[in-house]
Amino acid sequence: MTGIIGKKLGMTQVYDDKGRLVPVTVIEAGPCPVLDVKTNEKDSYSALQIGFGSKRAKNVSKAVLGHLAKSNNQENPPALIKEIRLEADSDKEVGSVLTVEEFSEIAYVDVIGTTKGRGFQGVVKRWNFGGGRASHGGDWERKGGSIGMCNWPGRVFKGKKMPGHMGSVQRTSQGLKVIQVRPEENILMVKGAVPGFNGGVVVVKKAIKK
Amino acid sequence: MNKMQQIARENERTDLPAFNVGDTLKVQYRIVDGANSRLQAFQGSVIAIKNSGNSKTFTLRRVTAGQGVERTFPFNSPNLDSLTVERKGRVRRSKLYYLREKIGKSARIKEAK
Repeated sequence: MTGIIGKKLGMTQVYDDKGRLVPVTVIEAGPCPVLDVKTNEKDSYSALQIGFGSKRAKNVSKAVLGHLAKSNNQENPPALIKEIRLEADSDKEVGSVLTVEEFSEIAYVDVIGTTKGRGFQGVVKRWNFGGGRASHGGDWERKGGSIGMCNWPGRVFKGKKMPGHMGSVQRTSQGLKVIQVRPEENILMVKGAVPGFNGGVVVVKKAIKK
Repeated sequence: MNKMQQIARENERTDLPAFNVGDTLKVQYRIVDGANSRLQAFQGSVIAIKNSGNSKTFTLRRVTAGQGVERTFPFNSPNLDSLTVERKGRVRRSKLYYLREKIGKSARIKEAK
C-alpha cells in the first residue's frame, strides 16, 4: 500500500452504525496520477512520485513538462508533486492513477500535514510552562524563569525551551480510524483532527503502528 | 453549496415535527445494549435548543417525584425513534434555565393559544 495526497476540507460529525456520534475530518484525497516509479534497482530506494490538483500548462516550467510527458500529464499538469517512500518496490505503473479507493480496505491511517502557524509565542503556550504566580507582587505571570546556572556551565544548554516561533511545521497524526471512503467523490473521512488549516495539503498513508 | 456543507446536510433529519422552546415533547429513544435494542420514552419540556444543522441538540426537563431530570438529545440521531409535540408552550426566552430554580406552580409554562 502506498499513500495519497489530499486536501483537508474541514471537520464535521457523522453517526456510526450504532448511532454514536463520531467527530470526523473530511479529506478530499486524490486522484493522484503516478508520475514516476522509483525502484530499488534503478534508484536504490523505493518510492512513488505522484501529483495532486491541477495547474495551467503555461505556468509549468519546460523541465517539469518534459518530466510529465513520461506519464502523459502534459495537458493537465498537477499543482503539486510529491514522492511517497515505500518499503518495497511498487507494482504501480507510470501513468496509472491512485484514487481514494486504495483505502477502502484499510482501517487505520496516518495523516501528515503542516500545523497552523502561531507566530512568535512565549513559553507558556509554546512549551506548556506554568508561569509564575499572579498575585503577591508576582510580576512573573508568563515568564519562563531561570535559563541556567552561573559559573558552571557558563552557558545556556542546547535545546533549552524558550520563546520563539511556533507552528508551521510538519506533523503526523498517527492511527486515525477510517470512517468512510467515497471513491466516486474522492472523499475520505477519518476520526479526529489532522494537522493544519482547512484547505491545507495532507498526505494520507496506511498507519504504521496499527 | 460546497462539499463540507453537503456532507453535513446528509445526516440532517427532516421527518421530525417542528417544535420550539417551551413545548412539551414525548421522545422515543433507542437504547442499544449489545445486540439488543429497545425504546425508552422520555417526556418533558424543551428548555434549550442548541446549535443548528447537523449538530442540533435539544434539552428536555421534567420533574419526577420532586426531582428534576434533564436529558439532552441529538436532534439528528438515528436512535431518535419518534418525537411528538404534546403541548405548545408560550415562553419569552430561548433558554429556560430559570426553571431549575423554580418549584411547584411557578415552574409551569403557559400554554400557547
